[in-house]
Amino acid sequence: MSTLNPAKEGGRTLFDKIWNAHVVQDIPDGPTQLYIDRMYCHEVTSPQAFDTLRDKNIRVLRPQQVFAMPDHNIPSELADPLIIADPKGREQVETLKRNCEEFGITYFDMGSKDNGIIHVVGPEKGLSLPGMTIVCGDSHTSTHGALGALAMGIGTSEVAQVLASQCILQQKPKTMRINIEGTLSRGTTAKDVALYIMAQMTTSGATGYAVEYAGSTIRSMSMEGRLTLSNLSIEMGSRAGIIAPDEITLSYLRGREFAPKGEAWDRAVTYWKTLKSDPDAVFDKEVTFRAEDIAPRITYGTNPGEGIAIDETIPESLSLVGGADDSLSYMGFSPGQCLLGTPIDYIFLGACTNGRIEDFRAFASVVKGRRKAPNVIAWLVPGSWAVRQQIINEGIDKILEQAGFELRLPSCSACLAMNDDKVPAGKLCLSTSNRNFIGRQGPGARTILASPLTVAAAAVTGVITDPRTLVNCEL
Amino acid sequence: MHDVFHIIESTCIPIAIDNCNTDLIIPARYLATTTRDAHFFGDAFMHDLRFNAEGRVAHDFVMNRVPYSEPPRKGINEIIVAGKNWGSGSSREHAAWAIAGYGVRVVISSSVADIHRNNLLNCFVLPVIVSPAFQMELFASISADPLTRVRVDLPNQVVTNLTNMHFESFPINAYKKYCLMNGLDDIDFLLESKDKIEAYEKH
Ligand code: SF4
Repeated sequence: MSTLNPAKEGGRTLFDKIWNAHVVQDIPDGPTQLYIDRMYCHEVTSPQAFDTLRDKNIRVLRPQQVFAMPDHNIPSELADPLIIADPKGREQVETLKRNCEEFGITYFDMGSKDNGIIHVVGPEKGLSLPGMTIVCGDSHTSTHGALGALAMGIGTSEVAQVLASQCILQQKPKTMRINIEGTLSRGTTAKDVALYIMAQMTTSGATGYAVEYAGSTIRSMSMEGRLTLSNLSIEMGSRAGIIAPDEITLSYLRGREFAPKGEAWDRAVTYWKTLKSDPDAVFDKEVTFRAEDIAPRITYGTNPGEGIAIDETIPESLSLVGGADDSLSYMGFSPGQCLLGTPIDYIFLGACTNGRIEDFRAFASVVKGRRKAPNVIAWLVPGSWAVRQQIINEGIDKILEQAGFELRLPSCSACLAMNDDKVPAGKLCLSTSNRNFIGRQGPGARTILASPLTVAAAAVTGVITDPRTLVNCEL
Repeated sequence: MHDVFHIIESTCIPIAIDNCNTDLIIPARYLATTTRDAHFFGDAFMHDLRFNAEGRVAHDFVMNRVPYSEPPRKGINEIIVAGKNWGSGSSREHAAWAIAGYGVRVVISSSVADIHRNNLLNCFVLPVIVSPAFQMELFASISADPLTRVRVDLPNQVVTNLTNMHFESFPINAYKKYCLMNGLDDIDFLLESKDKIEAYEKH
């Protein structure tokens, strides 16, 4: 079933290999019908898709390949039992549960130990594996590309298509390789790498492309860091951010709940080792960045590409139509301003970008032995119940508590204003999430994106602070 | 069965915002719903720019100014001319539902984000990709004459600024064009390919 792109014969990219292995048919002068190995559903983008199935009186074709869990509407405030205050949000979660029962789909219920943000749960349960095609009605599905999968966000009509046929129709994207070479300096994380790349590429620089990340910086990056990087691919327009599987991938996956076991594991590993771009593979575009050019970063505007190194000043010459000029007035900043020392009102540690165990370790390394600044409201929200459990197992919750922080319950939380965690109008939030759009964290809320280390530094000082200036900042 | 799509000739709403993301096209609070009601989403289209924090009409915003404030109908405001990188960010198809629900049938821009582009097509809204120069000229024509008319000819894949008769061809694959012109959904096509899917699964 594999169809080689003649121009690239002999040297295929990792993307080509996965794509070609999933072609059901190429429609003449049309899209490709692509087979989907794994689909995830959440409560926000799936109800209308299930309605489409009912309208047409069709079943889910391969329910065992679909996993569903609610995440966007779930409250993060400590409570037992968990209750969603907003009746509309509650209705969405109940609808997802009913739909999963009706169509025979595995459902990880709110508050259960299996639940969490899809893009955190999929990798940690071993549901997302190298070589797979993975889709979800969510743009940050790109996250799962860190495991060597072709993972893409889709719309609700496409969710219905995959439920009905386990396939989607897609125009083959162009390929781009982004190389990052060298060693990251102290206090600089995968999040900073992503924010740096986005500032260089702009938020549309990779539109129409599937990106592969490569280079020595990536090869030595932890799985958590890679997931953060792939997560942010969509913020420069790329639907997919793939990283070739290697020993780090294998040791991350070994023994995970749904990962293959025994002989099946060995067979899988043999296949996974072929999943890399050939040395003579040609990409439609290739760019290289140097790790030593990257410092801890923050955004100043209202898209993730509008960012600077934390000690830089906001550019003087901003001339985008309805873009940066408007975004600066929304943020209340001005060209030439340095943001170090700016008081903040909220911090948010979490989201599918930075809600993993490594992010909590990093945050704790900074706040350990310090105190939360009194002017700051802090939301620390694990990406899943498994992450929360590990935080407790490692005693990180105690460190946070001693510093005056409270660990909340797993949820998308303040990443998007769909649950109770909304930043009030005008307030400034330093956030580890992935979008600083106007109103993203609540109508009128102002968001600065940063790494867990940078967010931690501000959480204890109350102002925007270079994490490198704090002595016990690790990594 | 959807409306079939051939030639649309209409005045335009100019939304000259670059990188207009789907959070702006429809804020997250309108996502907490299980409805498919077109009016619900149409009313939420660009909500937080059309209305201020107190819920009052934001008179400065282009969609609230005559003649762009006219509700879209045949020949009137059926086309949006948008800034570059339209529909970036979230995959929410609700953004496409909002555009369709508002009554818009064509979005013209120099670039549209990939997921949103697919969503528009699946909602029978045609994304028309033009050169930045053509896009800028359209904005200029509209600002000189707000009643500037544009013709979008899908069969011939040509978009024409009727003020100066400048035109450009635009890309769309033959399959999608056929779907739009005949009101056909991808899901029907996929359901008919069952044999091919099963053959793939066996191999
Ligand atoms: S954490 Fe944020 S970006 Fe991630 S899935 Fe939830 S809402 Fe989307």
